[in-house]
Amino acid sequence: MNTVQPIAYQAGRLIPALATDEVTPAVAVKDLHKSFGSQKVLDGIGLTVMPGETLAVLGRSGTGKSVSLRIIIGLEKPDSGSVRIQGKEIKALGMDELGEVRKNMGFLFQHAALYDSLTVEQNVAFPLLHHKKEMSKAEQHERVRQLLADVGMEKHMQKMPADLSGGMQKRVGLARALALDPEILLLDEPTAGLDPISSGEIDELVLKLQQEHQMASIVVTHDLHSAKTIANRLALLDKGKVVIEGTFDELQQSDIGFVKDFLKHS
Amino acid sequence: MSSNAAASTMGTVNGFLEWFGDLGLFFWQVLRAAVTPPFEFRELFLQLDEIGSKSLPLVALAGAATGVVLSMESRYSLTRFGAKSLLPAAIVFSVIHETGPIITGLVVSGRVGAGIGAELASMKVTEQIDAIEASAVNPYRLLAATRILACILMLPLLTLCADLCGVFMGWVTQAVVEPLSLHQFINNGFNGADFNDFLPPTFKTCVFGLIIGLIACFQGMRTQGGAAGVGRAATSSVVLSSLFVILADVVLVKVILVFFP
Repeated sequence: MNTVQPIAYQAGRLIPALATDEVTPAVAVKDLHKSFGSQKVLDGIGLTVMPGETLAVLGRSGTGKSVSLRIIIGLEKPDSGSVRIQGKEIKALGMDELGEVRKNMGFLFQHAALYDSLTVEQNVAFPLLHHKKEMSKAEQHERVRQLLADVGMEKHMQKMPADLSGGMQKRVGLARALALDPEILLLDEPTAGLDPISSGEIDELVLKLQQEHQMASIVVTHDLHSAKTIANRLALLDKGKVVIEGTFDELQQSDIGFVKDFLKHS
Repeated sequence: MSSNAAASTMGTVNGFLEWFGDLGLFFWQVLRAAVTPPFEFRELFLQLDEIGSKSLPLVALAGAATGVVLSMESRYSLTRFGAKSLLPAAIVFSVIHETGPIITGLVVSGRVGAGIGAELASMKVTEQIDAIEASAVNPYRLLAATRILACILMLPLLTLCADLCGVFMGWVTQAVVEPLSLHQFINNGFNGADFNDFLPPTFKTCVFGLIIGLIACFQGMRTQGGAAGVGRAATSSVVLSSLFVILADVVLVKVILVFFP
């Protein structure tokens, strides 16, 4: 079992799951390589996220941030390297075995990826319909209503995704990602394409949900302000490698040219 | 120049073989998903309605038009050779042996093939299929297996409908020119016919259904490249499924003649 020595306090916030001696990481990525044709996207990255912790993955466009997130949830296969979810290596798993692992994970897509032929309510109910068959219709409806209330979308249950703004779609996507009460949450550019007010609202929402549910989260983002708000640790990627990993203060104190440049232009 | 032509030919052959290999792998994944629980009955019933009931008017119309054309053409030819009395049998046998099944296959590959191809391609480029997978639901089971199975189940039923409309309109066309009761037309038409004339051609459309569903799902779920990709997937679904339905028909006719002489 892959275990690491935990740090109970990160970025000034207590992470309850880390307060014990040895904890299995929620996500442990080691020496991950991925190329598309001749283009090398990931060149040996490694990331570890402990239960209850939030890691923000930053970097320029095309540095493999979203690809690493897709590999972690099994939507892409790596060329080499290891991905362990709660101690279980997922690389060799088939579709249905991977499904069992994914029941414990929520994924917010960059463009929300709501099912356009279903209403907001049906979108959020989708995972429940497939995995919580023991729930009655009334229980499912109540659970969906609660999830949508948590993200401030309770009044829009009967709307179609096309009738929602980008920020509203992300909120619904977040509610759908939380439907099965996952222990791991993956967020791909949660604030991309949103105005500053909507971005701030999404950040607050993610922070609130993380504190309520105590999930391990990985947030891929360009937005340093957002990363600083919602993450305990930050990892900066460049050319498929992790250049630096640490708290925001550690990044600020770094002498690495790329890190200085990135912080200066963010 | 000649080396360029050889390289281009090799590239085309490689692409063709690669497409077949990918199609085989896709079929295997769908088959594995289809025979293992959980079964997606709700989606299957939705697809039976979408593919079956909603194709019915078009298939009925195409079958009726075929019956009219066959009746007019056959009447002219048979009268010329002094075999006018064989007209009901010629219409009935043509419709149930070949025109009913193939017309149904082609109409469904046009309507359903394009529909499935475009729908799944659109879901693919907007990451909705990834979202299904990320929700721990197998998209091969939910999207592909249900659509393919619905095509396999509905094609023979739609063929029966096309046959019925074709034979009925064949009689109407005949009756307009020369009074003949439906009873007499059916008696003459089905005289000497048995189940071997009827069942194998009808059930060969299950293979057409498999081809249409498989190719449309495959082309849709491997789409890349935004709106243009969706357009390409819809077009290629129709073109390839129609082509393979016709090619499969050639093989199946021979097989049926061997096993049901």
